[in-house]
Amino acid sequence: MSERKLFAHEIEARLDELLLLKLRQRSAEQAARQLETLPRVRQERVLHWVGIAAQGANELGWQLASQAAEHAAELGDAFDAWARAGLAAHDGGGIDAARQAWQAAVEELRAAAARPSGSVALAEVEGRLNRFLQALHGRPLRLASASRAWTDGETLWLPERLDRAADADGNRRLYTLLAVQLWAQARFGSFNVDPEPELSQWPDRSAALAWFALFEAMRLEARLEAELPGIARDIRDLRGPWPAALQPAADSLARPDATAADSLAWLAEQRKVGAGGTPIYPHLTGFDPLAARRLRAVRMARDSKTLRRALNIMRAVDPHTRGGAGDREQAPLAAEGDALPPDLQAEELQGLPPDAQAAAQSLQQDLDGMPPEILSPAGPGAWQPEGREESEAPVAEPEGRPDAVYDEWDYRREAWRRDWCHLYESEGPAGEDAWVEGVRSRHAHLIRSIRRRFESLRGEDKAERRQLDGEEIDLDAQVEARADRRSGSEPSPRLFIHRRQIERSLAVMFMVDMSGSTKGWVNDAERESLVLLCEAIEALGDRYAIYGFSGWTRTRCDIYRIKSFTDRYDAATRRRIAGIEACDYTRMGVAVRHLSGLLQGQATRHKLLVTLSDGRPDDHGDEYRGRYGIEDTRRALLEAREKGIRGYCVTIDRHGADYLPQLYGPAHYSVIDDASQLPRKLAEIYRKLTA
Amino acid sequence: MKSTRSTPSDSSARAPISALATPLKQPATEPYYHAVGDEVDVFAAAAQSQLPVMLKGPTGCGKTRFVEHMAWKLGRPLVTVACHDDLTTADLVGRYLIVGDETVWLDGPLTAAVRAGAICYLDEIVEARKDTTVVIHPLTDSRRALPVEKRGEYLTAPPDFMLVISYNPGYQSVLKEMKPSTRQRFVAVDFDYPQAEVEARIVAHEGGVDAATAGRLVKLGGLTRKLKGAGLDEGAGTRLLVHAAQLIARGMNPLAACTAAIARPLADEPDTRNALDDLIRAVF
Ligand SMILES: Nc1ncnc2c1ncn2[C@@H]1O[C@H](COP(=O)(O)OP(=O)(O)OP(=O)(O)O)[C@@H](O)[C@H]1O
Ligand SMILES: [Mg+2]
Repeated sequence: MSERKLFAHEIEARLDELLLLKLRQRSAEQAARQLETLPRVRQERVLHWVGIAAQGANELGWQLASQAAEHAAELGDAFDAWARAGLAAHDGGGIDAARQAWQAAVEELRAAAARPSGSVALAEVEGRLNRFLQALHGRPLRLASASRAWTDGETLWLPERLDRAADADGNRRLYTLLAVQLWAQARFGSFNVDPEPELSQWPDRSAALAWFALFEAMRLEARLEAELPGIARDIRDLRGPWPAALQPAADSLARPDATAADSLAWLAEQRKVGAGGTPIYPHLTGFDPLAARRLRAVRMARDSKTLRRALNIMRAVDPHTRGGAGDREQAPLAAEGDALPPDLQAEELQGLPPDAQAAAQSLQQDLDGMPPEILSPAGPGAWQPEGREESEAPVAEPEGRPDAVYDEWDYRREAWRRDWCHLYESEGPAGEDAWVEGVRSRHAHLIRSIRRRFESLRGEDKAERRQLDGEEIDLDAQVEARADRRSGSEPSPRLFIHRRQIERSLAVMFMVDMSGSTKGWVNDAERESLVLLCEAIEALGDRYAIYGFSGWTRTRCDIYRIKSFTDRYDAATRRRIAGIEACDYTRMGVAVRHLSGLLQGQATRHKLLVTLSDGRPDDHGDEYRGRYGIEDTRRALLEAREKGIRGYCVTIDRHGADYLPQLYGPAHYSVIDDASQLPRKLAEIYRKLTA
Repeated sequence: MKSTRSTPSDSSARAPISALATPLKQPATEPYYHAVGDEVDVFAAAAQSQLPVMLKGPTGCGKTRFVEHMAWKLGRPLVTVACHDDLTTADLVGRYLIVGDETVWLDGPLTAAVRAGAICYLDEIVEARKDTTVVIHPLTDSRRALPVEKRGEYLTAPPDFMLVISYNPGYQSVLKEMKPSTRQRFVAVDFDYPQAEVEARIVAHEGGVDAATAGRLVKLGGLTRKLKGAGLDEGAGTRLLVHAAQLIARGMNPLAACTAAIARPLADEPDTRNALDDLIRAVF
């Protein structure tokens, strides 16, 4: 921006206006004087954020203004991120939290300036690392930060910051390398043997663990050599050659059939020769098999229960699928190491529902194979329904007569619960006018570019040939007319091309998650993305509706009308978008049923139900939580499908990839890692979905 | 309109130009195709029973190559039409042209294929305009007929004529789903990425690289496929792996080759791009 700087009195005037300072008998004079020294672009950024903050709470705007006056110069390009951090903190903890966050961000910036230039923070690589890990086989893993790199088999902890390598690229690779080794511990069974008998024989337990970790690192490196050779090469480069004394161990643990038990055997060997401390290597991670085994035990119990149940149901449905297993007692979980021929497993597992398959795979990973006992369904009658009896489930006080009642699917009984959910439909509460205007002006640029792209979608108008009149001459028709004239038959007068905008014949229902978990940033992101989306769809002319859903047990399922198919995108609608707020729980099935009913009434050829959510189906009381809710929602989506309605889900739940394929099918959902990306992405997803 | 059949030049005829004027050629050598399941048998049986076939599967998994291979194997000519959203009925069936002062009829690829008893492959049928799918309906049931309205002709397909369409079910747009009334006319063959060893053999053969390199490319492909729905609309198809192999065979550094041929075509979003780069580095 080449514009001149604002003078202090101009800044003061703008702050006055944004923060209504006159009314509050406060003066922005000092802040304005400090801000006067900034370049114009930065001055505008500060005023911009003060405006946003003031929308949330006037005091927040004031705080931001005073803090910014002090730190904006020092923050430089980091100013936006700094401002955002405070607003996010304010959502959860109010003004104090915001102030603390701002202070912390300034300190963090100062610390960063003092750090070696090549250092890399986990936060910087988290996104790519998460994606990277998703591509690897095995049970999904979470990322978290800790002082040391280690894993319990479900979460990977990595240091908050790495600066060991010479440059940023080196440190990024180090992150990948650590993460992959931890993944390998979980994937290749480092925790599948009980090390306790051996460890307990060592006088120095931590020395024993260190040796165990080293032997495991040798074994896993060889596995990586086969799986991810590039990583294995990086490890080799980092560690240099093993000492001659350890080479035999490294060689024997590199055999493809070596297991953690072999590492333990080398550990025993080491104890007998009276080993001292381990050599130190930069690539080694922390190693805590005992913590990992505790989780493993819980997980295995859960997984085998899931799997048994599924096998029982399968057999109940089709008793001929497997013979002879019926008279066997339900055996306890097999001892470790009972492997099964791999082909049998694959065949056996095929027909199972996805969650049971996931459980089976997880078990396989935990056992280096599948014990036959788990695969044998228990005898008749052994299957017990899980969860509480319905009478125990908490029920909210009914309020008047529901607008509709819906059945709900109980997967445990394979039956419907009739008239189970009471649904109340009401108009969404109105929010502030200014909020939507704020979004529109803040994102004016983005909105313009989205609209342009959407218009080009609509702009693909089709040439209708053989019209009585039109903008162009239809050459084909002319030629034919001529041929007809020559052959003596009557030529057609339809000789023109008329360009007509194609009828997209599409109705879309947006179903917005208003559960309590969306409070704060997520809710803002949802609302913002709806505004952008509306602006975009208006350019397109599709029929669309927006409804929010929330609920508190089956007797209180709420649907809020934000925009019906007939409502226009006018000030009232915009106020209702602004008024979307986080309420209670996510009883999803009933919402899908109700809204697909509304959608079905639309006379368009294509019907699309887009869910915007932040997590899996859930409700108060644990009945709807977990499998029950997922199965019911899946049913509801299947019913919708039968009515010709296609479902799509946009979620910001990182673990969405675990259950969404079950609900929507593999291609029909998107996971967005970062809520702040939602506004930008949602319109794009919609465009792709309907291109 | 794209068609593998070349159109005759204007001067070549005064009378109605039939596509038979340029005989539909078959390739001299057998197009390389490595069977993945029972698709060869299913296709051959459908051909014998005069049933149309629908190939379903993600992009770049060998559908087009398979049809080329089967056409060669059955000894029938092949007409391929890549469908797009401006493809009209006339583009498929045929139209009049003016040559000198005469009007001349030119068969479209579909008509030509019917006349010649060829295999007509409509690639990505959902891309075509809705009204074009209607003209194939009478060809796909027991009538096996193609009305050429403009000429008042009603062609009955000879036994060797076969209609094949392809369709990518992973398609994102709701507006492009195929109607059940169309789908249910076809014998469907599901395509998926081949098993790792098979795919490695394909990549080695097509890309001209050694088995080890092909194995790594296939491994990389498998990893990207797990990112479907999480950053990627679709993982890398065999085609992309072959492309990377070809670059490597020309002496390009594998990392650069994979970035150019696999990572870049797949993703724009920074996290996903970076993760793909990391995966490439992890595999090579
Ligand atoms: N089974 C196979 N045998 C031989 N080559 C294969 C096979 N599968 C894939 N290929 C290779 O992959 C390339 C892409 O395959 P092809 O063009 O047939 O894909 P497609 O399924 O038609 O993709 P699209 O849906 O994008 O048209 C081929 O050129 C060939 O090199
Ligand atoms: Mg093709």
